[in-house]
Amino acid sequence: MAAVASSEQRPGTQVPAPRRPAARRGGVPVWRWVILLIAAAYFLIPLYSALRFAGFRAFTQVTSYPSFGSAFLLSLRLALIATVLTLVLMVPTTVYVYLRLPRVARLMEAITIVPIVFPPIVLIIGLLKIAPGFLLGTPNLLGLEYVVLAMPFAFRCLDAGLRSFDVRTLVEASNSLGAGWPTTLWRVVIPNLRTAMLSATVLTVALVLGEYTMASLDNYQTFPVWIVNFEQNSGPVSVAASLLALFVTWLLLMLIVTVGSRSSRQRGGAQVTLFSVSTASTATMGEPE
Amino acid sequence: MTTNTAADAVASLGRAGSAGAPVGLHGLSRSFGAVRALDGLSLDIAPGEFVALLGPSGCGKTTALRIVAGLQTADSGTVTVDGKDVAPVPAARRDMGMVFQSYSLFPNMTALENVGFGLRMRKLNSASRTRKAAELLDMVGLSPQARQYPHQLSGGQQQRVALARALAIEPRVLLLDEPLSALDAKVRLQLREQIRTLQQRLGTTTLFVTHDQEEALSMADRVGVMRAGRLEQVAAPSELYSRPATVFVAEFVGTMNRIPGDYDGQDEVSVLGSVVPLAGDRPVGLTGAVDVLIRPEGLQVDAASGGNGIVTDLTFLGSLTRVTVLLSGDVQVKVDKPSPAAASLAPGTSVQVQVAGTEPVLVAVPGGSGQPRLS
Repeated sequence: MAAVASSEQRPGTQVPAPRRPAARRGGVPVWRWVILLIAAAYFLIPLYSALRFAGFRAFTQVTSYPSFGSAFLLSLRLALIATVLTLVLMVPTTVYVYLRLPRVARLMEAITIVPIVFPPIVLIIGLLKIAPGFLLGTPNLLGLEYVVLAMPFAFRCLDAGLRSFDVRTLVEASNSLGAGWPTTLWRVVIPNLRTAMLSATVLTVALVLGEYTMASLDNYQTFPVWIVNFEQNSGPVSVAASLLALFVTWLLLMLIVTVGSRSSRQRGGAQVTLFSVSTASTATMGEPE
Repeated sequence: MTTNTAADAVASLGRAGSAGAPVGLHGLSRSFGAVRALDGLSLDIAPGEFVALLGPSGCGKTTALRIVAGLQTADSGTVTVDGKDVAPVPAARRDMGMVFQSYSLFPNMTALENVGFGLRMRKLNSASRTRKAAELLDMVGLSPQARQYPHQLSGGQQQRVALARALAIEPRVLLLDEPLSALDAKVRLQLREQIRTLQQRLGTTTLFVTHDQEEALSMADRVGVMRAGRLEQVAAPSELYSRPATVFVAEFVGTMNRIPGDYDGQDEVSVLGSVVPLAGDRPVGLTGAVDVLIRPEGLQVDAASGGNGIVTDLTFLGSLTRVTVLLSGDVQVKVDKPSPAAASLAPGTSVQVQVAGTEPVLVAVPGGSGQPRLS
């Protein structure tokens, strides 16, 4: 009798479900609606006014400019470069620091703050002085600058992700089962960091699609730069372009979040919203589907 | 029919040759800063043997296990498997299955994929990997949960999957790091039996670390009691209980009374009006007033007016009742007595406590607690 099929108790059932605020259960109180309406007015009225001001024709006009397409594609390309480089650089580094050099973690946190603390103009001038010749004047240089800018956000996402599960034990378990470091990182750590990496991606993409200072100082026609340049030519068209930028960025981020969350939710992973990662594992533990 | 297939699975695994290897720990030492976690630990484990390391937290037992696993290094000393020093072998190549205290299943994989992970690392193809992983899940009675993710399993189920995962690679050594301590009592008991049964069938050399003496005594072939980085005694559970080598072991394992006595400096001690032989070697430099260590079943209690003690409490244990008696001199002792006979001893009854039989006893420095025996 090797198989002892047992009817054991599920510890999960003993954990009391997180209690929700009573107000949410019994309907939303009036004051919440008031706040919601004020917030909605704050965001929607300018949008509506802008739409009215631009008019429908401005939108078709925007897309007909050839420089619109190239500026937009440049921004997308920069977003891709920055995201890929950020993840490739930050994921192994953060994991390594977390597992092997926990004392360095605080230092790393301090270092990753630096890009926020220094004004972009300082970074740019410094960078242009030291950048190697083959990078100067190529979009890759700007991509690298964005990696630096995205670092604080990426680090914080990954740091939160690593805290949400027992990396150390999982890595040791993986090692003891015969997996070396690269395999462990690829098959065990990264799949469980998906949501954190997704958050990092969302923030990086949002950052790149909205960044103006660096791009304009470096003389690149990215999408935000194009919008500003255009403003001088035609008011309505420039406003239409801004609105377009807003919607496209929003759609792109929603796409990333939806795709990422769906595959993550299937595995009981964390939920991702635009600005937060919440681990669902404790709430659902022990409840079979 | 589940039982049959499970038995077959075990049989086929046995044939596949996961027979245990002899493991040796020789003079292992390890310090963390000023703390000496291991202080020259030596232990030989026979092929297929189940050895438990038992000790209070911080005694170095987990450090010893992690050094065997290759997850930590020793400052000095060696670990041998099959007679070969494994120091140069990284953890990933040691062929040791490990079950951790905290839940260690990969959250991104189903139970089946978790069990198959080690096989995948051993380059087994997908079909035979799935077949073997399914066999092992069957063995721990979790076939119906094969497609579930860890968050859908209970704690006990997760540890059973972890056990199957550790056994799937047909390890030469199985290492269990307090695998039951996160579970509730009932599940713990079931899993305890299951681990023991599987281990005996597969014959995998097993090192088990725990702070729970009941666990160690009920599962292991031999138990090593650890204290401050050293082994105090390694012995079969029954021997550990009945013939503890040191005062620490005597008091750590089971219930032990300390009763004031008088030691003649030779081979006998007088206690509670009896003269009993001394166990083991003569303690050096200890004569006169001592504490004599006697288990509850080594004492006898009877109602007697003007006796040497008063009953203060009764604990019903089934066929036996544990009688707590306050002796003159403010010494409290516990005595086991058959329940029917103990029924008449209400609290407050005057009783006479005596030594039952002439089992050899250990003596300790009076008043000390957990002091090593002076020998």
